[in-house]
Amino acid sequence: MFPYYLELALRSLRRNAVLTTLMVTAIGVGIGASMTTLTVFRAMSGDPIPAKSRQLFRPQIQSRGPDGADRESEDGLQTDLSYLDAMAWMRAHQAVRQTVTYASGLTVRPADPKQKPFRADVRAAYNDFFPMFAVPFAFGSPWTHADDDDRSAVVVLTRALNDRLFGGSNSVGKTLRLGNEPYTVVGVLNDWLPIPRFYDLQVVPFGESDQLFIPFTHAIDRQLEVDGSTSCSDDRQAGFPDLLQSNCIWLQYWVELPTAADVAKYRLFLNNYAAEQQRSGRYAWPPRTELRNVREWLAYRHIVPNEMGVLMLLSFGFLAVCLLNAAGLLLAKLMGRAGDIGVRRALGASRTAIFVQCLIETGMVGLAGGLLGLLLTSLGLLAARSLLTADFVALTHLDLADVGIAIALAVTATLLAGLYPTWRAAQVQPGWQLKAP
Amino acid sequence: MMRELGPIASSLGRNKFGAILIAAQIALTLGFLANALNIVEFRLSWSSRPSGMDEANVFAIRSESVDASADPAARVSADLSVLRALPDVVDAFAASSFPLAGGGWMSSVNLDPDQAMWTTITGIYFADEHGLDTLGARLVAGRNFRADEITDRHSADKPNTSVLIVTKALADKLFPAGDALGKDIYVDSGNHPERIVGIVERLEGPITTASGPSRLVAEHSVLLPYRPVGDRANYLVRARPGHLNVSMKSAERALFAIDADRILRTRSMAEIRANAYRGDHGLVVLLLGVSVALVLVTGFGIVGLTSYWVAQRRRQIGIRRALGATRCDIVRYFQMENLLIAAGGAAAGIAFALALNLWLVDSFEMLRMDGSQAIVGAILMLILGQLAVIWPALRAASIPPALATR
Repeated sequence: MFPYYLELALRSLRRNAVLTTLMVTAIGVGIGASMTTLTVFRAMSGDPIPAKSRQLFRPQIQSRGPDGADRESEDGLQTDLSYLDAMAWMRAHQAVRQTVTYASGLTVRPADPKQKPFRADVRAAYNDFFPMFAVPFAFGSPWTHADDDDRSAVVVLTRALNDRLFGGSNSVGKTLRLGNEPYTVVGVLNDWLPIPRFYDLQVVPFGESDQLFIPFTHAIDRQLEVDGSTSCSDDRQAGFPDLLQSNCIWLQYWVELPTAADVAKYRLFLNNYAAEQQRSGRYAWPPRTELRNVREWLAYRHIVPNEMGVLMLLSFGFLAVCLLNAAGLLLAKLMGRAGDIGVRRALGASRTAIFVQCLIETGMVGLAGGLLGLLLTSLGLLAARSLLTADFVALTHLDLADVGIAIALAVTATLLAGLYPTWRAAQVQPGWQLKAP
Repeated sequence: MMRELGPIASSLGRNKFGAILIAAQIALTLGFLANALNIVEFRLSWSSRPSGMDEANVFAIRSESVDASADPAARVSADLSVLRALPDVVDAFAASSFPLAGGGWMSSVNLDPDQAMWTTITGIYFADEHGLDTLGARLVAGRNFRADEITDRHSADKPNTSVLIVTKALADKLFPAGDALGKDIYVDSGNHPERIVGIVERLEGPITTASGPSRLVAEHSVLLPYRPVGDRANYLVRARPGHLNVSMKSAERALFAIDADRILRTRSMAEIRANAYRGDHGLVVLLLGVSVALVLVTGFGIVGLTSYWVAQRRRQIGIRRALGATRCDIVRYFQMENLLIAAGGAAAGIAFALALNLWLVDSFEMLRMDGSQAIVGAILMLILGQLAVIWPALRAASIPPALATR
């Protein structure tokens, strides 16, 4: 029966090409608009490291008194850390892996004299950074614990930077001049771009930034200034040595805690640390502490901008209008064929048969609309890419899941919209229609 | 005219589903359209605020030494005197940040060194005695910095200052009585008072984001009499009117002549402004695009359903024509019918638009709508309905009276 119904549906759709085109266009445009925003939204609110997002934690401590609550965070806790607290936690070494990190910049002087010097984004971190965040290496490996302790001038490059500086060859062991100092390349990353860049949301959370990785201890020795915010409360700071002694907050801190027991132990450590700091007089208040995993952290920081929510709402409203539209057109189309349906009923077709047949016709319209919608979605993503800030470039690609969602959304939505018109079509009285001219 | 309402109402009663569909579409379209226009209106006015600078003639050069220079202060002095001596250049100074830069130093402002909670937040700019002239900012009270008040500020030291210049917006916020000039305030998180010696009409802060708390302090700026000194320098240069492009090139050549081993990035303020508001303009284009598509889809939906009604009523129309109705009567019938449906939809749409706006304000921090957008949108919807119905109505009018006899 099914192939016959398909053929009937095709024939009927062809017969009223204008209405069919209008319906397919309406659904396609609606799907295109809503899928475009949904794709960007999904990418922005996605899990950047699904395998480990429940094992990586961001500890926080209330480093300002009740008067200095952070107005932009919902619980008033400061999001970043001071050097004093960060180093105390690094020394305590209470997690399986831990790293403190910050963003900076250095001038790269390529060995090739034909290339001009340029500024590159630098990430200062401990060597745990790489295994913690499952960073893939193309050549070499992370620097060693000894490098961290010796404050060595070693560097890990991204693949793109290695292509630019060393023509994509294995540069491990070569020397790279950063500013005035020579660094030894110990590793080159494979493609790696977590979206959003959860480990530091201060600078460009969506898009590429870090190009070079160097040991945190070395960056501190070189007094590399932070690219990002430094927030100081009472004491005005002057220069790097002061910054290290101050309560200014500017560092990100991450720990890896694989089991619930590890988490419990770390919470206890944080609470004890906070109590100890209060006892020693460094904090005049009982400092609250907090431990959030990657997903909780991203939700807490509200990294998806409000505009995105509004845009998504608008485009799904748009889809709703398109579906109302399609429902109206379907009604027009199916009722326009009341005569045919009457004949079929008179010849013995049951209501169910008519219903199923009309539903198949509706589904085909939905399918066509979904395909058109996919096409429009890729156009929409192209448009979004050129319109939105460059940081969003990485977000705008369609994956297989998106294609599935688009088609499923189109077909179900159209079927739902077509339910009433189809039901009405199945109610056609054979006798009445046959008498009509 | 009124006589037609009876038959229209009774015929609508027989086509409830179609009429409701059209009205619902109009209501939804209006609701989304009005809110989209509300956002568009705000973003456009936000991104076209004057910065208080002579943007048409100013450009910025970021200079970075590849190797740390032995005497950065001497370097900045040399760079600045060369830039100021260029024939096409009016003035130049070394800036820490500037309006539209997108990032910079924000600081709290206090009226009392011991107060627990700060009074407000402001953007901080460093400028020497050439700063105001280069920016093109207009003093409305007090005076500019004097050369003897300017100190070099390396990243590693914190010289105190006792004078500063504020924007009128900040002055009015701190001293609503309008007597800010000569008053002492505390910025830069210190307990050392700084006296307001000048007030400029307008100078935007460096942060340009339209959402979040920084929006409320976007017009607050403080100029401190420092000359920033380091291996990275930002020079703002004001060219003679009409000589922007020429002087951008000659400025780069002049700086490279002093030291070729540096990285320069030269951008006009126009470029910097476009970059600062790229996101806002992108959002505007996206919202307008979706709005236009929404209106088109609704319009075509009305065309489609009305055509169907015309086809359904061919016989009745023929009978009316045979009984003496003119073509005009037929067209008017469909227009009245659409007006009734659209008016119902628009009324529901205005309510929906306002409710949606309340919700958006609540959960997405959008701006309140004053209702004018909803009214404009409603009128647009009525016009759209009338336009969409013309073609099917004309087709209806061309049905021959003879049809009734068949």
